[in-house]
Amino acid sequence: MTTTEAVPNVSRQIRWLDFLAAFRAWLFLGILLVTFEIWAHAEYNSTFFLNPFNVKSIAIFTVTPLLLGLGQTFVIISGGIDLSVGFTMGLSAVVTAHVFNWGTQFGSPVLSLVLAVLTGLGIAVVPGVINGMLIADLRVPPFIGTLGMYGVARGVAFLLARGTTVPVQNALIGAIGNGEIAGFPNLVLLTVAILAMMHYILSQTRYGQHIYAIGGNVNAALRAGINVRNDTVVLYILSSLTAGCAGILYTAKFSAGAAQAGEPVLLDSIAAVVIGGASLFGGSGTVIGTVIGALIIAVIQYGLVFVNVEPFWQFVAVGVVIIISVLVDQIQKQVGKDGANG
Amino acid sequence: MGQMDSVVGSSPLLEAENLSKRFGGVHALKGVSLTLLPSEVLALAGDNGAGKSTLIKIISGVHHADGGSLRYAGKEMKFDNPHQARDCGIETIYQDLALADNLDVGANVFLGREPVRRIFGLPMVDRRLMREEAEKTLRALDIHIHRLSSPIGSLSGGQRQSVAIGRAIHWKARVLIMDEPTAALGVPEQRKVMELIANLKGSGVGIIFISHNLIDIFQVSDRIMVLRRGSKVGEVRTSETNPDEIVRLMVGG
Ligand SMILES: Nc1ncnc2c1ncn2[C@@H]1O[C@H](COP(=O)(O)OP(=O)(O)O)[C@@H](O)[C@H]1O
Ligand SMILES: [Mg+2]
Repeated sequence: MTTTEAVPNVSRQIRWLDFLAAFRAWLFLGILLVTFEIWAHAEYNSTFFLNPFNVKSIAIFTVTPLLLGLGQTFVIISGGIDLSVGFTMGLSAVVTAHVFNWGTQFGSPVLSLVLAVLTGLGIAVVPGVINGMLIADLRVPPFIGTLGMYGVARGVAFLLARGTTVPVQNALIGAIGNGEIAGFPNLVLLTVAILAMMHYILSQTRYGQHIYAIGGNVNAALRAGINVRNDTVVLYILSSLTAGCAGILYTAKFSAGAAQAGEPVLLDSIAAVVIGGASLFGGSGTVIGTVIGALIIAVIQYGLVFVNVEPFWQFVAVGVVIIISVLVDQIQKQVGKDGANG
Repeated sequence: MGQMDSVVGSSPLLEAENLSKRFGGVHALKGVSLTLLPSEVLALAGDNGAGKSTLIKIISGVHHADGGSLRYAGKEMKFDNPHQARDCGIETIYQDLALADNLDVGANVFLGREPVRRIFGLPMVDRRLMREEAEKTLRALDIHIHRLSSPIGSLSGGQRQSVAIGRAIHWKARVLIMDEPTAALGVPEQRKVMELIANLKGSGVGIIFISHNLIDIFQVSDRIMVLRRGSKVGEVRTSETNPDEIVRLMVGG
């Protein structure tokens, strides 16, 4: 008699939690937007997200954490982590600025831009390949391997920048970095293009499917004939490449490369992935989730400034969101498991 | 014994001769031979560490034998990796099932061999095809799973086992190797899996199956091979032996 009553209760609870877990990021984002909107109206009689300027600012603000988080999403789904992306971004930003300046001597800013972008991406591949080989071939734990690369990339980036920022000497790159097409900032458009590509790779290709399998059960992946070694190396290269894109866009936005460009954003980018629904144990996560996660962080940071709250509350707010996010995940997994067994 | 009264024309699927394997100082397998016919269930019995898993891992390409030979469908074979063995039709259901809990049934059945369709020239994994094909195979084996599109981590142990076996059958396995397929299951689920194995016999698949459970062994096997400390100490037709004899062979003396 108790069991007949308990069963529908439990399954309703599971369904509710499943839903909450699946859409928690959207929910957070919605709550935040509504809160700031009400706040802005009540306190300053103005609007928050209905103001295109704010939307644009938040979108631009999201670019760096999102790009760093994109490759990170792949890595985290596979069960790894990439701590080196922040300084890979810095390295790429500095190299892009240097090569652009060096290339202008040939008289064609376009040529030097192409050279700079290719070199910026090329230099980003290096830490990716080394990370990948350390982790896939030498079995170095991802946390340790990429922490080492964090140090190496940091040092090399600062050395190449001679400890300072590297301003670019031609307006072209800055014009692109701050330009717009039909009201959409170029930076945002480029980011959306990269995003679409990464979303396609993760959600539609066999490679993407294999990343989930590796994160879910690496032995199953190996026994299914999946080339885990190569897939892992490609994973860290992708992560470095998106960081490299972030570095190039940074240089375009500020008309200067800086070694520390990505440093303050590294943890935010990991937070974006986790808030977006990825598990640090691997096996789950999506590009869309990371986009929402990055937007949540950007809205918190920008919104709190907008309503004039002391900026340090940002850290508290983002921290609370991370914790709630992970808690919902844990509770859902636990209840789900109890439900399957009982 | 087995060959003498085997049906004319059913030549052995698998003939292993004198397989041996060392792990450092451990002589895990000392010249073991094995024959498997189509539609036959061969049970491997033996105490922990007897070499059962090592033997099947050589057959399935996980380990390389230090000595001996392997003939499959009449041809000399040497598998460099499990993938090659699988491609030839030797499928293994591992103790840990080798399933990805975060993926659905279709993705698991097609793990590593996902079908791709092109949309505007872009290759995309064909999830619908995977689900439909998986469902077809499972239905043919009388396996019914309702939550086809949820991650299989949410399925019961027996259902997961069925998915693993279904995957093997889907890929036209001719030899199915199972290392303790029921070890992690509750009793009703164990029975289901045993029924499934019995069903498979009719389809011409040869099955090698490791178990500690003598009831299971006697319920579904045609032949029992007993290993002790890396050597074959007995091979008998199931109908001509009894659990006591098997236990005596397992423990020796
Ligand atoms: N990969 C390995 N490395 C070292 N020793 C192993 C390995 N696999 C098995 N062994 C050893 O080989 C012997 C046989 O093991 P195994 O084939 O797993 O036995 P069983 O499956 O019958 O319990 C044991 O002594 C075991 O410790
Ligand atoms: Mg074993």
